[in-house]
Amino acid sequence: METQTIKSKQNTTKTTERISGSEAIVRCLIEEGVKILYGYPGGAIMPVYDELYKYQDKIHHVLTRHEQGATHSAQGYARISGEVGVAMATSGPGATNLITGIADAQIDSTPMVCITGQVFSHLLGSDAFQETDIVGISTPVTKWNCQVAKAADIPEAMAKAFYIARSGRPGPVLVDITKDAQMEMFDFSYEKCTKIRSYVPVPKTDFSSVEAAAKLINAAKKPLVVWGQGVILSKAEEAFKAVIEKAGIPSAWTILGASAIPTKHPLNVGMVGMHGNYAPNVLTNECDVLIAIGMRFDDRVTGKLDEYATQAKVIHFEIDPAEVDKNVKTDVAVLGDAKASLEAILPLINKNSHTDWHQKFKDLYAIEYEKVIKDDIHPTKEGLTMGEVLNQINIYSKGDAAIVSDVGQHQMIACRYAEFNKTKSNITSGGLGTMGFGLPAAIGAKMAAPDREVVSISGDGGYQMTIQELGTIFQQKAAVKVVVLNNDFLGMVRQWQQLFFDKRYASTEMVNPNFVAIAEGYYIKARKVTKREDLAEAVKEMMESKEAYFLEVCVEKEGNVFPMIPTGASVSDIRLA
Amino acid sequence: MNTEKQLFTISVYTENNIGLLNRISAIFQRRHINIESLNISPSEIVGVAKFTIVVNMAEESVKKIIGQIEKQVEVIKAYYHDQDEIIYQISGLFKIKSELLFEERQIQNIIKESNARIVTVNKEFFVLEKSGKKEEIVTLYNKLSVFGIMQYTRSGLIAVTKEEMKISALLETYNN
Ligand SMILES: Cc1ncc(C[n+]2csc(CCOP(=O)(O)OP(=O)(O)O)c2C)c(N)n1
Repeated sequence: METQTIKSKQNTTKTTERISGSEAIVRCLIEEGVKILYGYPGGAIMPVYDELYKYQDKIHHVLTRHEQGATHSAQGYARISGEVGVAMATSGPGATNLITGIADAQIDSTPMVCITGQVFSHLLGSDAFQETDIVGISTPVTKWNCQVAKAADIPEAMAKAFYIARSGRPGPVLVDITKDAQMEMFDFSYEKCTKIRSYVPVPKTDFSSVEAAAKLINAAKKPLVVWGQGVILSKAEEAFKAVIEKAGIPSAWTILGASAIPTKHPLNVGMVGMHGNYAPNVLTNECDVLIAIGMRFDDRVTGKLDEYATQAKVIHFEIDPAEVDKNVKTDVAVLGDAKASLEAILPLINKNSHTDWHQKFKDLYAIEYEKVIKDDIHPTKEGLTMGEVLNQINIYSKGDAAIVSDVGQHQMIACRYAEFNKTKSNITSGGLGTMGFGLPAAIGAKMAAPDREVVSISGDGGYQMTIQELGTIFQQKAAVKVVVLNNDFLGMVRQWQQLFFDKRYASTEMVNPNFVAIAEGYYIKARKVTKREDLAEAVKEMMESKEAYFLEVCVEKEGNVFPMIPTGASVSDIRLA
Repeated sequence: MNTEKQLFTISVYTENNIGLLNRISAIFQRRHINIESLNISPSEIVGVAKFTIVVNMAEESVKKIIGQIEKQVEVIKAYYHDQDEIIYQISGLFKIKSELLFEERQIQNIIKESNARIVTVNKEFFVLEKSGKKEEIVTLYNKLSVFGIMQYTRSGLIAVTKEEMKISALLETYNN
């Protein structure tokens, strides 16, 4: 390895080394602070794997069992750590297998860098073996992507990739690198990217909008906050808490906003949206000022748009200008980083308590408790409920665990009932609703936060979409607690069939394998619970385990998740049964 | 805001990078919006490309589209204008049998009246070029088609705005 020193454009002295493109890729990752990456090798990425072998002491490569698992693990890693998750795959099928995770990261604003190998550049466009136009395929689902066909372009592409992935509204980027670029030797030097001319990651906050928002908040008699993941992404938890506490505003969360403030915080009035809590949904259509913070008015949150909070003045704190007025017309848009905006508004808002208004939330909660919650978490009838399993997990986690859920009924139950003390503890696929997300995401989360208890909760359907990642758990000794709530159905679809398709259960019944045997086949300690009297003990054993643990709980087959806002209905038409 | 559909011209200033056309056209495709015309060329600023896109849609939707376009990392700025705010041209090319030029008197008159320009003439055919508003080109087409047109093609709309767009000033602020 030759080392030489050259003068760069800025007249600063830069040290370059003559190395290969593939070594450069690994060195770029190290420069960006990457310690773990998830991936799967193959022909077009082999030179990079060869370098990873050399740099094993600096970067730990996790061999997942499927490239989709690599992206979901990288997502789990990113979501719990706030750092960029990294996934790598070979060309062709390796690259296309990343797409689901990329699309998921895009809609949930998760910072992720994906690196794909590509065929030799002279073969591009020739339908060569394992060639696919991954840049074209991933364009609609990436924040940015590019193809590199020369080694000398690798450092800049990688630097841009990390900068774009983590700045502003985060998202996934993909860098596709031809095999010849990986093998070519060049003079490597690295400079982190700190800006791109055409890119404004955080729009300037107009102070007059902050003042206008404060004025509306101060005049409000019935204000309601709905916060989303933006609070977590901008690390605004403290500022957020300070604002709502000072103004005494009842605050509800979207599914991705969960855990930004503790579940038990007195101002936390629950989840909004399709399977959210009764009070915040109903009262959305009664509040006089709706303060949306770092959320994007997804249709699962708003229900029928033209009946959503039409009586309220709407304030929207948002980093992405394209989200303002996209779905809900706002009266005041506070553009910018949520943390900075909330810190700016804090001194301008008046102390308040809104006692009568709070009482309305409590009254509606009491109704929801009687009609839904009590039977969910303390059932007396036969058949285990998903809610009581969550309740047991809460007891043994004391609210300190990170809960990673898959998609379906169990997801809604997990988000409704899991207790959180710490931020970044609810990891789930919100926007895309990707079955198969849970198990691999939990692996990434556990590896990013090995000291935390990470509990993955899946249904029998989604679990089997990425069940092979048990192999990754075993190989990595990732001490994930895996819970499958088995109802022998694709439960959420079955619920819809029951309610809206005359109970015609078309292709939703699942004949399941021996899950315990499968887990044990991967050398993971496993247990199955079918009776209520065994549940608490089993959950305790799982939570006390120092190693990975698989727990299958056979729950009632035809349990439903309520409350529910049927699609197309108004949020205040939420059904309790 | 007007919810009726009308023609809007969208100007997008971008970094001159591969793949951006794909990203921008996908924004329209996803929303089932037909692009009436599209032109991409260098702009007045070195290294900056300009897209001129004509669409038929409601102003409210155009605003949202502009937001989505500007969100792309390599887009510097996007604007939309109605037809009164721009000065635009379209160019049409007509390939016609040469014999018609000499045998059909009428054709020579049409060429003169329409201010079309003969680009080339040879034994077999001649080529006419006409720049102007779309209607003018269509009118010329209608007149000529009576005699038979061998080939016809029309460019996308290109436009400059009456108002200043201040891209250089914007880039200046980005550079600081
Ligand atoms: C990849 C993917 N395919 C299909 C769906 C549609 N879908 C949503 S929920 C669901 C059923 C989930 O069943 P299961 O995993 O058993 O969980 P449960 O609802 O029973 O808790 C399906 C099929 C999806 N969200 N993701």
